[in-house]
Amino acid sequence: MATVATPHTALRRTPPSGSWDVDRVRADFPVLARVVNGRPLAYLDNAATSQKPRPVIEALTEFYQHGCANVHRGVHALSQEASVAYDAVRERAAQFLNAASPLEIIFTHGTTAGLNLVAQSHGGATLHPGDEILVSVLEHHSNIVPWHLVAQRTGARVRAIPLTPDGDLDLEAFQRMLSERTRIVAVTHASNVLGTVTPLADLARLAHQRGAVVVVDGAQSAPHLPIDVQALECDFFACSPHKMFGPMGVGLLYGRAGLLEAMPPWQGGGGMIESVEIDRSTYAPIPTRFEAGTPPVAEVLGLGAAIDYLAGWDRAAALRHEETLLGYAIERLRQVPGVRLFPSGSVQDRVSVLSFVVDGIHAHDVGQVLDAAGVAVRVGHHCAQPLMQHLGVAATVRASFAPYNALVEVDALVAGVERAREVFAV
Amino acid sequence: MKDLDELYQTLILEHNRSPRNFRSIQDATGEAEGRNPLCGDAFNVWVRLDGETIADVSFLGRGCAISKASASMMTAAVRGKSIGEARALFERFREVVTGKALMDEPARAEARKLLGCLSAFSGVSAYPVRVKCATLAWHAMRAALEGGAKSQE
Repeated sequence: MATVATPHTALRRTPPSGSWDVDRVRADFPVLARVVNGRPLAYLDNAATSQKPRPVIEALTEFYQHGCANVHRGVHALSQEASVAYDAVRERAAQFLNAASPLEIIFTHGTTAGLNLVAQSHGGATLHPGDEILVSVLEHHSNIVPWHLVAQRTGARVRAIPLTPDGDLDLEAFQRMLSERTRIVAVTHASNVLGTVTPLADLARLAHQRGAVVVVDGAQSAPHLPIDVQALECDFFACSPHKMFGPMGVGLLYGRAGLLEAMPPWQGGGGMIESVEIDRSTYAPIPTRFEAGTPPVAEVLGLGAAIDYLAGWDRAAALRHEETLLGYAIERLRQVPGVRLFPSGSVQDRVSVLSFVVDGIHAHDVGQVLDAAGVAVRVGHHCAQPLMQHLGVAATVRASFAPYNALVEVDALVAGVERAREVFAV
Repeated sequence: MKDLDELYQTLILEHNRSPRNFRSIQDATGEAEGRNPLCGDAFNVWVRLDGETIADVSFLGRGCAISKASASMMTAAVRGKSIGEARALFERFREVVTGKALMDEPARAEARKLLGCLSAFSGVSAYPVRVKCATLAWHAMRAALEGGAKSQE
């Protein structure tokens, strides 16, 4: 994902490469018209959650206005309609991730729930004392803490794959860490702080040679990159539809059928059983074995609408536009004195997530000044404290882009950072 | 555009740049850590009591301008005060930064007199998520007065 380091003056005169029409896309997202603190909203917090296009919002409203019913539980018309629509989204989601079968798609509540499910169910059933779980220094807490929990339960050990100075995963160190004790390799596909895209196919091949299972946190990659779980050769892949223009409250978990079939249920309840007696129960086949209780039906239908909406995009052009935004932001922020970008090196193989600090100003204060200018960014440790320790900072400012962002919003970001330097006189 | 000057008053910016009592105390009678798990900011506060009087108070740590300036101005405000006075000052300070100080004008004037330059933090009440920043070191001080413990606020 190369970005062109073109001077911003040239970029501003030239429309983004390809046929990406930002204004037309923006019109699909009602919230982007908001004014915040007297300024047009520049929403650059897409790695936290993306905004929702009209078709997704309408899918939620439509369900509650005309079709609200529980699924797989009734013979009445509304329940049947809801069940058919719900199951149809599973098929579309399987196509979206290129899973071999819809049976490999589990609806959860988010990436976090998906990773906890894999840790507790697969990890809980297969890990033994002395076994090792490899995570990386890049991970979000949600791909670290679930492994701590299952490690405490089973006597397994969590170790971290280190990073190179450029913020890339250190493949050589990874190879040295792999051993017959390695049971699970749990890595992110893209860092939520640095945007680094990890070499998953290489990691998976090496891990599989040792018989380890590969679990992928896809929360930050799925919104940007086309996902093919078979080409990535991962065993589990979890992502969050709310970061890819779908609703909050639903998650997607892909799991290889052979592994899922061997896994015990994670949570018990309605919908996940075959039969129940008072002292024992047998469980439904996959994927419903892992969907106890009433699922988030409206949100699943909203996810379906998001997948359909994305199908109307030229994803390659959208990605090129994001690269243009990232490249432009890097170029402009580099020229602001006192701004330190992470990582300082290459912009190759990154999704459009950019972290930085401003010397002499705490990230929270930068964020506060940006908010006053209508610019929404994330500040803090981004639920990635081990990575923050590696970078040697307590907190960063993070701007993260979506295809609906415009170059003028990067200008607003840079102007806000310059304003912060004035306010704090640094 | 929101008026940032209300939040980042000159006095706050000045204490952020040159924090007072930014050191540890060797013979402290109490020490406590205040940590904000949401942002990772953390301060240590030391107190040395002479009977009921706060003979010395200091802090070290990292945080945003609001939390650091608040810690700095707190140490300046409570030194020489009794434990009871320091606690009462915290209560009044908290009312101001949370915007709960809905008093009539004489009471407000009284509060301003008690708080002195700490009134500079009244702008925080427009930013509810920053209340934790403004009170972080105060919670740690209260714990340090009790001999020391960890406080999470």
